[in-house]
Amino acid sequence: MKMLKRTFIRSAAGAAVVAAFAGIVWAQQAPVKIGLLATLEGPFAAGGADGMRGAELAIRERNGMVAGRKIELIKGSSDAKPDVAVNATRKMVEQDKVDIMVGPLSGGEGVAVKDYSKTQPQVTFINGSSGAQATTLTNPSENFFRFNTDGAQWMVGLGAETLKRGYKRVMVIAEDYAFPYSQVQGFMSEYCRMGGKVPLKAWVPLGGKDYSSVIARIPKDIDALVVILGGADAVNFLNQYEAAGGDKPMIGGSITVSQDVLNYRGKRRDSLVGTLSAGPIADSIDTPEFKAFVASYKKNFPDGYPSPGLFALNYYINMKAALDALDAVKGDLSDGQKKYRQALATMTLKTPVGDIKLDSNRQGIGTTFITEVVRDSQGNLSNKVVRAIPNVDQMLGMKPADFKIGSRDEPSCP
Amino acid sequence: MSAAYWRKAMNAGAVAARGEVRSTQTAAPAAASAAAGESIGSRLVAAIGLRHVVVLALLVVFPFVASPFLTFQIGAQSLALGLIALSLTFLGGYGGMISLAQMTIAGIAGYTVAIVGVNGTPEINVDWPWWAVVPLALVLGTMAATFIGWLSVRTEGIYTIMITLAIGVAFYYMALQNYAVFNGFQGLQKVYPPELFGINWREPLPFYFLVLSWALAGYFFIKYVVRTPFGVALQGVRDNPRRMSALGFDVVGHRVAAYAVAGFVASVGGVLLVWYNGLITPNSVGTSWLINILVIAVLGGMRHPIGPFIGAVVFVLLQTFAIDLIDRERFNLVIGGVFLAIVLFSPDGLLGLWAGLRARFAGGRGVGSTARPSGRQFWRQKPRRPQ
Amino acid sequence: MHERRTTAPKALAPSWGDSAKREGGNIVTRRAIALWIVVGLPIAVFSVWALADNTRLYLVTLLNGLTLGSLYFIVASGFTLVFGLMRNVNLAHGSLYLLGGYLGFIVAEKTGWWLPAIAAGFLGAAVLGLLIQVLILRHMQGQELRQTMVTIGLSIVIADILLWIFTGEVHQMEAPEWLRGPIRGIPIINAYSAYRLSLLGFGIAIGVALWLFLNRTRVGMMIRAGVDDRAMLAAAGVNVNLVFATTFAIGAGLAGFGGVIGAVELSMVPGEDTRLLLASLIVVIVGGMGSVVGAAIGAAILGLAETFGLAYAPTYSVVFTFVILVMVLAFRPRGIMGKAA
Repeated sequence: MKMLKRTFIRSAAGAAVVAAFAGIVWAQQAPVKIGLLATLEGPFAAGGADGMRGAELAIRERNGMVAGRKIELIKGSSDAKPDVAVNATRKMVEQDKVDIMVGPLSGGEGVAVKDYSKTQPQVTFINGSSGAQATTLTNPSENFFRFNTDGAQWMVGLGAETLKRGYKRVMVIAEDYAFPYSQVQGFMSEYCRMGGKVPLKAWVPLGGKDYSSVIARIPKDIDALVVILGGADAVNFLNQYEAAGGDKPMIGGSITVSQDVLNYRGKRRDSLVGTLSAGPIADSIDTPEFKAFVASYKKNFPDGYPSPGLFALNYYINMKAALDALDAVKGDLSDGQKKYRQALATMTLKTPVGDIKLDSNRQGIGTTFITEVVRDSQGNLSNKVVRAIPNVDQMLGMKPADFKIGSRDEPSCP
Repeated sequence: MSAAYWRKAMNAGAVAARGEVRSTQTAAPAAASAAAGESIGSRLVAAIGLRHVVVLALLVVFPFVASPFLTFQIGAQSLALGLIALSLTFLGGYGGMISLAQMTIAGIAGYTVAIVGVNGTPEINVDWPWWAVVPLALVLGTMAATFIGWLSVRTEGIYTIMITLAIGVAFYYMALQNYAVFNGFQGLQKVYPPELFGINWREPLPFYFLVLSWALAGYFFIKYVVRTPFGVALQGVRDNPRRMSALGFDVVGHRVAAYAVAGFVASVGGVLLVWYNGLITPNSVGTSWLINILVIAVLGGMRHPIGPFIGAVVFVLLQTFAIDLIDRERFNLVIGGVFLAIVLFSPDGLLGLWAGLRARFAGGRGVGSTARPSGRQFWRQKPRRPQ
Repeated sequence: MHERRTTAPKALAPSWGDSAKREGGNIVTRRAIALWIVVGLPIAVFSVWALADNTRLYLVTLLNGLTLGSLYFIVASGFTLVFGLMRNVNLAHGSLYLLGGYLGFIVAEKTGWWLPAIAAGFLGAAVLGLLIQVLILRHMQGQELRQTMVTIGLSIVIADILLWIFTGEVHQMEAPEWLRGPIRGIPIINAYSAYRLSLLGFGIAIGVALWLFLNRTRVGMMIRAGVDDRAMLAAAGVNVNLVFATTFAIGAGLAGFGGVIGAVELSMVPGEDTRLLLASLIVVIVGGMGSVVGAAIGAAILGLAETFGLAYAPTYSVVFTFVILVMVLAFRPRGIMGKAA
């Protein structure tokens, strides 16, 4: 008797839970459901939060409506792990039944979500901020669109500028995973082609903060160090480098010359002036569109960063693309979203940093900014735009036959 | 003194106190009827109670009433994780050794499937068919488990946690920093189960049943093993290794064999998990997952093989739906807090809570099991010197 | 019936003579000599080659390894102290390291002085350790497994709270003025980081201080007595709980102290707690559980292995660590300075 009662209660509870979930899954509604995935946990949590701000800015600029339909935003969170990202995406796609999926943030997650998108042809996937080359170059997915440029595209033009400054031999110091590979490829393919030499590449194992061994290996006859580390890691490296008596100038990757480095208080602060870098965004872009974007960001998010960062910009671009295309097809997501995807593939997106179009792999062709560190009258350091290079495509201007995805050994010109 | 004598001695008390079949006394009915010399068939029928049938029915019917998402993400994932946690429950609950390297072993099996089989990275692709890769993965996983066990059991008790954690984290860093074999941070993608008999086994329904059948197999396997002479001797080794050694049992041998058995179960779980995720990265075997498996096992309760599956379901539900209820960002805090609460107040996990509630509503009749120590005794084990 | 632990490791101040006489600790047997040769010969060959190839790199790496080992020693000594006396594997040790580092960072920012930061890191971690021992672990005397589980749960909770407060951003702490910059004019090496050398100094200072504390003070005497026989210590009228609480506090404080000085060299980021916990575990396993001298040896070995690996074979540095761990576990499961049961 007791057993029957127990099993009955258990079955009833189980059935109730199942019914509740089935109910959530049910009703189809007129609002457009957009899923948004960013890394809200773990080490990239701050970047993920900024990304969400960028996406929400795009929605707020339209007052939450697009083509006469209300926008319903469903948020998902990951911690830069591909399996967690896929689980979160799967929940939003299969459980919450979103129409459009925007995200994820990090490179490894992007590849995993792209693979998942192939199993869900009825939903359109638009990137958040992930910048791995392989996402759109290797086995691209028909319903995965990326409007932001990838890590290699962010470095186009820097090689030429480096040679112009007279640095003919450089050493590369970067972390040992996919994003720095793409950055190094973007830099070196140009640099090597124009005659520069890279005698040594030091790949720092992930998770290691002890740069003493790398510093010990720096050859005497190089002109500069190309440092592709995160901003705060770069400060750590600079500290250790200075403490070990080093004095070579630095060229930074897209995330290297950040606020942390600009606030560096070490003895070698002066030598930071003139540090070159490149990326999809800079603090001091002079166009009215960018200034309006910064002002809008500050107004909507008074407790965000002083100025929108890389993640905010990329998420903003991708969400804006999603909404602009919806406008273009007047909200028509029928027939497997065919018209919508056609609109996405052919539109010219107007963004705060210039125009963006997609190539045949649905990868964005955009603008890269070369920057330099300057000192202002009060002695503060900031990044000034030296040159803006438009229409940078994923092949970096090379023929497809010559192009190889960046890896530890490619490209190479010792 | 034979193992059969041990079994009878330990279960004599339980037979007397038995009023109905209880989850804490699964050894009793089989032992009692074994003593009476009945056939396997009637023993089996006697052992199956109503609740077994109901649970099995629910499990089988579940995918037909729930959405594919629930079937796949909740159902299949819980069962695969539960299988890995089951290996820990076996080692810890029945063997007295808490190993934090079970996820590592699952990861070794998973990486083998990924590297030696088909994956999305052309440079690291041996391309063997699944019927060669999967047995290889199981063999490698079991061998790794035996090796880890041999390293860990010659010191005792509490040191096992330290040593297995160190080995597990070292393996994580190796996978993270090595590119030739493990493909480093990126890991290996597109690791899918094969298409067999015209069915794509990664579809939610077939995959669920695949995992379910292996989970059931693992569950019954463990239940069987703990009642064999080996299993009973293992429990003896857990309780008093010195005495067992004096009786002539090879204490170290039993322990290493336990690691091997647990390693086999964990390897099966690892293969299923890598097929579920479709990818494997160093983070799959990182510190947080090593500890998550422990959390799952403790959450459910280490006193019975159903515990890890219960713990896995709760864990996966929390993980998936926490963002709708609370701030997903603080998921780790919630899990850590729940784990802490369980260890402080109900060391037997959910099963222990359930048993406690039943005992209260049953009018305070004491838990008469002597088949394994109750929760408080389990936690009171001291590390003993190697013999 | 209480088992009298006559064979507990006399952890904290062994002499070489004693260890040589004990069974299982004999360093002069044929087997031991064979092991020395098997391990020592490749190292000697490598050293000769490396010195000839790039003397500067070899010497700098040697110094790097010893200084890194000093940091590991400071952190691991706290771990082994708690373990030796209380048989408690404190897996929250890494989180205490992180906590000390963050506290030191805040104090250094607010006051601009480094010494108060060290004190804050030490005291903060010590206080938390004290609370953990008194409020939670004391009530589980004898249940080592449960205590360890509690520390696991605490490590998850503390790590997440720290992540909440400090976010995932990397925090840099600066070296004090008098330690900044390189020391120049060293033969062959030319210049070496003054701060890193000071790590070596700190390690030696802590080692000496611990030795004095354990061997020349009353409290230290009580701790050593408690390692051997807790029951007799209580019977002798000593407040065992107080001794335990003190020990745990000191162990935690050492982790926090290590966190502050490590913050300057290695920076504070979530994930450092796992790395330092792993390092402590390996140091204690290799060096011997419960032995401070063993911790010094283990830390030196680990530090050297890591830095030489990073300098000469970057993707395989962890493999070296792993191999060392496996070899010690295979041939001397109790660690180099660990005592036979």
